Amino acid sequence: MSIYDELGGAAAIDAAVDIFYRKMLIDERVASYFEAVDMERQRGKQKAFLTMVLGGPNLYTGKDMRHAHAHLVQRGLNDSHVDVVIEHLGSTLRELGANEQQIAAVAAVANSARDDVLNR
Amino acid sequence: MPRLFCDGREIELRAGQRVLDALSDAGVVVPSSCRVGACQSCLVQATRGRPPAESQVGLKASLQAQAYFLACQATPTEDLEISLAGAAALEVRASIRSVDRLAADVLRVTLEPMQPFPYRAGQFLTLLREDGLARAYSLASLPTDKHLELHVRVVPQGKMSAWLESASAVGSSVRLRGPSGDCCYLPGYPTQSLVLVGVGTGLAPLWGILREALAANHQGGIELWHGGRTPESLYLSDELMALATAHRNFSYRACALESRGPSEVTVGHLDQLLLEAIPSFAGRRVYLCGDAGLVQLLKRKVFLAGASLQEIHADPFVSSK
Repeated sequence: MSIYDELGGAAAIDAAVDIFYRKMLIDERVASYFEAVDMERQRGKQKAFLTMVLGGPNLYTGKDMRHAHAHLVQRGLNDSHVDVVIEHLGSTLRELGANEQQIAAVAAVANSARDDVLNR
Repeated sequence: MPRLFCDGREIELRAGQRVLDALSDAGVVVPSSCRVGACQSCLVQATRGRPPAESQVGLKASLQAQAYFLACQATPTEDLEISLAGAAALEVRASIRSVDRLAADVLRVTLEPMQPFPYRAGQFLTLLREDGLARAYSLASLPTDKHLELHVRVVPQGKMSAWLESASAVGSSVRLRGPSGDCCYLPGYPTQSLVLVGVGTGLAPLWGILREALAANHQGGIELWHGGRTPESLYLSDELMALATAHRNFSYRACALESRGPSEVTVGHLDQLLLEAIPSFAGRRVYLCGDAGLVQLLKRKVFLAGASLQEIHADPFVSSK
């Protein structure tokens, strides 16, 4: 059983996206990357991301991830920002009742996308 | 095998084939991105037939109610007719019944459609003049009202509003397209707290939504906030105050950015006044209508104050001359 299913599947993801997105918007280390972004579209992307890292049904491709973040890398997106994402991912899951072992497993999946996100 | 009908074409679906793939195989371009039902890029609307339930997972209830679905998640078992534009591309003739003034720069325009024009309170339509000049306006009326009602801001050098203000508009024939939008009252959540926030003619959709909620005997609290530059720019205040007196669960808050003399209206920035009065939006359903810049700002603030993005109905207005 994936963590996605253990946390409650698609319905839990909806709650997680709200919590996660809120954390990102108020964190000044990353907030500037979300200015002038359509909130509905951004919510959709974050939902896809959370579904992927939690092991839900997804068609993740590194190519999409590279393409989606290329313009942000040009604006200075680096490892420190990915660290912030993983930090907020962990605290979001903690709020939803995940245990530390699960959080570490999810962080490992998110980390595996790091090079794609940063276009390395 | 079920078939798809789209833009006058008929497309045969293969067993298990998804609508998005069938359309793209047939050369019909549909925006798509994640292909897992998450990003909603491939949202389309069924105009006949029922979209499969799994293709509506994660959509706002109001979109589901209007048969919107995600093409990438749909393997239909019955024939579907779909509209890529999302909004039904129906055009209906109508005549302008009356134009009167609600405030110095706001006109109330009533229209009588020549054919049925089904809509839900809070949706918007496109008004087309005979020469093709088109502008979108929110409906302020209820489907049970005799005429369609629009609130039109008089835009400086605005072509449509200048024409509507002129003597030649009343009695003229126009065309209507739509309706569109999901800024609507949702039955099924009778105890949820509703917060309706409109600036300027952003009151129009809220005037419809509010009356629908009250007519549906909504049990949760309903607050309507109307913001304008000056107290004089606010309109329908008497009617709203009367409704607040008649309904214990409804309250009306009028706010202006500036006020020259003493006034009943609260003076200040709408976003600040709103967030001071309602520190947490968790669990509330929020409607934000009017000037696009302010609506985007409010959306962000209300979301950060705890509202779920799926329970924020934003209707940003973009004015054109």
